[in-house]
Amino acid sequence: MHPVRRQRLILVLFLVVFSSVAAGLVTYALRGNINLFFPPAEVAAGGAPVGQSIRVGGMVLEDSVQRSQDSLEVSFTLTDYEAQVPVVYAGILPDLFGEGQGAVAAGKLDENGVLQATEVLAKHDENYMPPEVAEALEKSGYDKKGQAR
Amino acid sequence: MFSRIGAAQKGLYNHAVMWSFFHKLGSPPWLYDIAGSILRWLLPVTIMALLVGAVWGLLFTSPDFRQGNSYRIIYIHVPSAVVALAGYYVMAIAGAVSLIWRMKMADVAMKAAAPIGAALTFIALFTGALWGKPTWGTWWEWDARITSMLILLFLYLGVVALYEAFDNKEAAGRACAILSLVGMVNIPIIYKSVDWWYSLHQPASIKFSGESAIDSSMLYPLLLMIGAFYALFTCCLLMNMRAELVQRESRTAWVRKLVKQDGAH
Amino acid sequence: MYFDSLQAALSMEGHGSFVWVAYLITLLIISAILLLPALRRRRLLRRIATELARQESGYATGKGAR
Repeated sequence: MHPVRRQRLILVLFLVVFSSVAAGLVTYALRGNINLFFPPAEVAAGGAPVGQSIRVGGMVLEDSVQRSQDSLEVSFTLTDYEAQVPVVYAGILPDLFGEGQGAVAAGKLDENGVLQATEVLAKHDENYMPPEVAEALEKSGYDKKGQAR
Repeated sequence: MFSRIGAAQKGLYNHAVMWSFFHKLGSPPWLYDIAGSILRWLLPVTIMALLVGAVWGLLFTSPDFRQGNSYRIIYIHVPSAVVALAGYYVMAIAGAVSLIWRMKMADVAMKAAAPIGAALTFIALFTGALWGKPTWGTWWEWDARITSMLILLFLYLGVVALYEAFDNKEAAGRACAILSLVGMVNIPIIYKSVDWWYSLHQPASIKFSGESAIDSSMLYPLLLMIGAFYALFTCCLLMNMRAELVQRESRTAWVRKLVKQDGAH
Repeated sequence: MYFDSLQAALSMEGHGSFVWVAYLITLLIISAILLLPALRRRRLLRRIATELARQESGYATGKGAR
């Protein structure tokens, strides 16, 4: 290769490597802040600040959703199967919200460790299938990945 | 003595054959013609594939067992996002080639790729917002995947704007190439954002190894749409390059000849 | 076809507005990125043609004057 072109090639490679290292360091420094939410285990370990706006994400525990009779208030428990965080929320829940499904709740932790949520988002997984297929899988007792439930 | 000269000539000849393809690639009239003959069949095929894929996904697939009909947005959301990322590599590699070899056609390709990438990234973000509202319950969230996609849009728009900002187009090409190369670090971050951090966005459904997490009746129209969007990117790239070539070479004999032929019929 | 009627296909059980708007905007943007470069090339070729014509006539009158 012509020496001038080789020099330019080295310059280009240097540019790519240098910017990758810089971006890598920045994302490493910000690794906690890039996470959209805290998992319940981290909240239980005291990793989440009390009285500040945070988000907690996990699965909605089965049989934990309790709706108030006379208002929009609803309480449920988020879990990552290691720890649990109780959540209280007054507002309209997204359509996909349900027990055994993923959810992200935003709000402030009170002194009792209850998340007073101002917003609840539903989180869904990457599995897509027609309802009939889902029903058939349900009957056979296997999930999409072929593992027994 | 004579054999040495023969060997040297042969070496020169091989060298010439090897590089003749690259030289042709660097020849504007050749590129203009070949792009035109590719477009003649690729453009109708692309439009047909887009229409078939969209109708298939919109009307003929089953709804999802959890999301219902809102998941039908996947047939434009995923293909536009996938090709927006792939298009960035096209732009950055063309930029590197134009930096190292000072190949003018690579500069043309880099400039042509940027607005298409911006349009596709915008489609991915816009359809993502429309999909997020009925499923997650929000139009927008500062999630790692969504934010890194927004940065991609700004990188594409930055290249377009930077090119226009320079009067000296050679300097413009070099500045844009450097910007696109530096911005390349964003691409693996977008890919991996859903695995590295807790995010609202779910991981990829189509897996290169192992079974995909999407039922095959939904996967086939999705694959068709991904192919169609790749073809769309190619078509737009070639069309942009042809227009750019005419503009840059407007004073050359081949463009004048082209204009006369064009005027004849 | 999955839907029974046009009405059902348009409403999509309440998700119709999201889905159809997403497809419509995509259609608009795709049409734009396909049409704009073609129009730009046409316009450039036409401009060069008029320039060439003017030059040729300019030479002709120039010669005639001399």
